[in-house]
Amino acid sequence: MFSYLLRRAITLLLVLLGLAILIFVIARIVPGDPARIALGPLATADQVTELRAEMGLDAAFPVQLWTYLTGLAQGDLGKSLLTSRPVMDDIRAALPATFELVLFTVVLQIVVSIPLGVMAAVYRNTWVDNVLRVVSLIGVVTPGFVLAILLQLVAAHYLGFFPVTGRLDGSIDFSADITGLLVVDGVLAGRFDVVLDAARHLFLPSIALAAAGIGQVMRITRTAMIEVAGRDFIEASRAYGIPERVVTFRYMLRVASVAPLTILGLEFASLIGNAFIVEFVFSWPGIASYGVRTILQKDLNAVIGVVLVSGLFFVVANLTIDLLLGLLDPRHRIRAARDR
Amino acid sequence: MSALLNDPDAPNRGLTSGQMAFYRFRRNPLAIIGAIIVISVILAAIFAPWLAPSPESAGSFVDFRNRHAPPSWDHPMGTDNVGRDVLSRVIYGYRVSLGLVLGVLGFAVPFGVVLGLAAGYFGGWTETLIMRFTDIMLALPPLAMALAITAVLSPNLINAMIAITLLWWTWHTRLIYRIVKAQMNEDYVEAARVAGASDVHILFRELLPNCVSAVAVKISLDAGFVILFGAALSFLGLGVQPPTPDLGTMVATGSEYMPEMWWQAVMPGLAILYAILGFNLLGDGLRDMLDVEL
Repeated sequence: MFSYLLRRAITLLLVLLGLAILIFVIARIVPGDPARIALGPLATADQVTELRAEMGLDAAFPVQLWTYLTGLAQGDLGKSLLTSRPVMDDIRAALPATFELVLFTVVLQIVVSIPLGVMAAVYRNTWVDNVLRVVSLIGVVTPGFVLAILLQLVAAHYLGFFPVTGRLDGSIDFSADITGLLVVDGVLAGRFDVVLDAARHLFLPSIALAAAGIGQVMRITRTAMIEVAGRDFIEASRAYGIPERVVTFRYMLRVASVAPLTILGLEFASLIGNAFIVEFVFSWPGIASYGVRTILQKDLNAVIGVVLVSGLFFVVANLTIDLLLGLLDPRHRIRAARDR
Repeated sequence: MSALLNDPDAPNRGLTSGQMAFYRFRRNPLAIIGAIIVISVILAAIFAPWLAPSPESAGSFVDFRNRHAPPSWDHPMGTDNVGRDVLSRVIYGYRVSLGLVLGVLGFAVPFGVVLGLAAGYFGGWTETLIMRFTDIMLALPPLAMALAITAVLSPNLINAMIAITLLWWTWHTRLIYRIVKAQMNEDYVEAARVAGASDVHILFRELLPNCVSAVAVKISLDAGFVILFGAALSFLGLGVQPPTPDLGTMVATGSEYMPEMWWQAVMPGLAILYAILGFNLLGDGLRDMLDVEL
């Protein structure tokens, strides 16, 4: 098990290193002088030369790459041209907002999709199942940004209770500096007005972000539950006279939950990518909003930083899911060890 | 095909497997709906100049007297912020979307398939090299990567296409690799080799035909996701640039006039949904019909 973990950790580092080099190379081979782009067409040649020297662009390419990688190893991502602050500080400031949104989304996905999937399986081939099938299909095929816009429209018209932009109402004076998560810090500080308001702000963006995963997981849960329902041990439990509710939720769901949890894990890993769009629509001050803003400004240091951080999240989330599945299902553990 | 033969409902007396597959497809109402939607989108894209009520709306045409007109008989989807007919732009928008699908899948699928065939067939270091590289590419967050690539290459349709293509081939490589790995133990491969067939013959005449149905299903499902991906990039301002009528760009522009002039964002948004729904239903139907696992 230990050597497996070690191998996974090394692979993870290699992937991140590859990603860092890839994105740096792409950023450098494109035509156009980053210093000129940063300063705009009105800057003088002297200014450009000066910035080039400051950004280290005069050095040979391998030297630039080395400087960049050693800086990276020390947590230095360079300076953002947009905010003129270290990219690391910008990202650290924006990350909690994204993290809170992603966590809320995953909770929503689990709480909604698995019970609905179980329900579809229990009432299979009835009108309940058909309605749920349509719901899950709509979830899967609706693009995040289209759903986000529809939600904003509905919310603006009929549900004034749910705000459509930002994380917290302007009238509330509160800074989350313990964990950065407004809901958690609100509870810790005993400020329940903050908790309520933050949760209201989280509601619509997390629905928009959660929908695709909910649709998929509902489908998978239904299939897995139906498959388990046909097994002998379920018939046996029923024959013992164990209540149907216990059979469904304690025996069937435990066995059937591996497939939906795998999909939830994959979905979780890709959430930070999908968050780019949802954050953009809801003016959510997270890393994705920062990413889109810096991308549009050709702020390359910041772009590389954002891609690396979301890559790190993606890779670590995938690894965590693999390990969790190993705990849940020993067969997965053995298979994974044999594959490598 | 054994699953088809065992289907108690299939009238399999005297029918070829193709006819049975078609029978299965016809019995699946969702698949039929999917096929109808996909055909309607393709026809709309091909015949856009004849179908669009106001073809000039596809360009940088302006008609300020008619701006922000709500849906009516003249403009079933209303008009946008400069008075262009939204329905016409949606119809032309399908051209852009399907063009993107053709561009991306036209490069990504052959490339991915050939790599997958090679990795599965030759094994050894070829396999290690190709599959490790594929694993690394699959470990990258797709949307963030596409954003970064289009950003450094300056945003337009072609660069969006390049960015998506660079990420897309991996799925086909992995799919084909898995199929070929399973086929390598089959007798027909060994037989072909014993008969003196060349590697090229075995790869493309023996193995490839066994991958076709899986690839077909994957392409149909992919098409919807490529449309989604391209629209998402355009929505963020990193894909197709105005005045080209792209559905994602239209949603983005329209959303500035929400909620009062909702049709400008909602109609193109629903048009994207419609196309994705069609390809998804069709893909699912083909999967059941051809009995493949992805």
